[in-house]
Amino acid sequence: MWLELLTLFWIFFKIGAFTFGGGYAMIPLMEQEIVGRGYIDLQLFVDFIGISESTPGPISVNMATFIGFHDYGVLGAIVTTTAVILPSFIVILVIAAFGQKFLESKFVKDAFTGLKPAVIGLIFSVAFTLLVRTLFPHIHFTEMIFDFQVFNYRNLIILIVLLAVLFIKKKTSPILLILLSAGLGLLVYALM
Amino acid sequence: MKQKLSLWDIFWTFFKIGAFTFGGGLAMMPVMRREVVHKKNWVDDEEILKILVISESTPGVFAVNSATFIGYKLRKFMGSLVATLGVVLPSLITISIISLFIIQFREIKWVSYMFSGIQVGVAILIFKAALSLSKKLTMTLFTGLVLAIVFLLALFTNINVIILIFLSALAGVVFHYFLSLKEAKQHVA
Repeated sequence: MWLELLTLFWIFFKIGAFTFGGGYAMIPLMEQEIVGRGYIDLQLFVDFIGISESTPGPISVNMATFIGFHDYGVLGAIVTTTAVILPSFIVILVIAAFGQKFLESKFVKDAFTGLKPAVIGLIFSVAFTLLVRTLFPHIHFTEMIFDFQVFNYRNLIILIVLLAVLFIKKKTSPILLILLSAGLGLLVYALM
Repeated sequence: MKQKLSLWDIFWTFFKIGAFTFGGGLAMMPVMRREVVHKKNWVDDEEILKILVISESTPGVFAVNSATFIGYKLRKFMGSLVATLGVVLPSLITISIISLFIIQFREIKWVSYMFSGIQVGVAILIFKAALSLSKKLTMTLFTGLVLAIVFLLALFTNINVIILIFLSALAGVVFHYFLSLKEAKQHVA
């Protein structure tokens, strides 16, 4: 078990170290490392994101706790949460103690002109995959499977209503949107 | 600061910040400002802004970064440790409790209906996050190309995300290197 915990620690340390640009930037790498390695399936992963959005605290910390707890209980949760915050803890500690000269160097600024659009591209790719797969669950982009035969019309209805709500009230908070989508799910799936 | 702040005070303040912010990130700015700027006077708005800028170019999330930074300012290493612990602990407790029930809970028919809806909601939220981030991006031919290429590679291949991030950062450095070479040449001519 200790070896597995160490592996989990390393995975989340990597996730913590390569997240630039806030909580959502963590999702692509987390999906690859956690769903890709078979720790949990994609649906549970997305459910966890939904709950993380509607509970207090940063999404990244919530997700780490979820996945650690899912496999190894409280001990696992402590390991993954510590691992995910440790890289930034160390970096900020160094900056707080020695100043931020390094961040203002031309090298770092240049690197970020490539890094920023990359992170956005990564998040778009996750969003696109999830959106398409809520409607066509049998499509797998990475395996080049484009099976349009199974179509989830219930999710299409939910999607249209949510987009309409967002169109009318652009500043809908994430938690409200999650609650609304839960209510719509209940309604649409129970009735149809 | 005339007297040493108690570690407990630091811990408790950040515990409250962690407990009352939903969604993380910039959503926690108002609560953070109320607690550490207005109530406690530990930092001023300018420092909050500085932390925000640092957070954008360092790994990790704003909540944890600011806790570490402000904690260090108040009581060096121990301060940063208790502040970070404080901001994370509410999540750890809440999510651990939810985790105890969630797997069985999902088996209930009505609950599974709700989660089917949540799958759609989450997809939209992630899409919104990408959209609002891209609005803040200065669009040039270079950044547009990087965005498009990374998007396609991530969508259709299993290339490691860390490698994609690393290569993009490298591309940024190389691109600006050649740009400065070109400018230098024009200068000479």
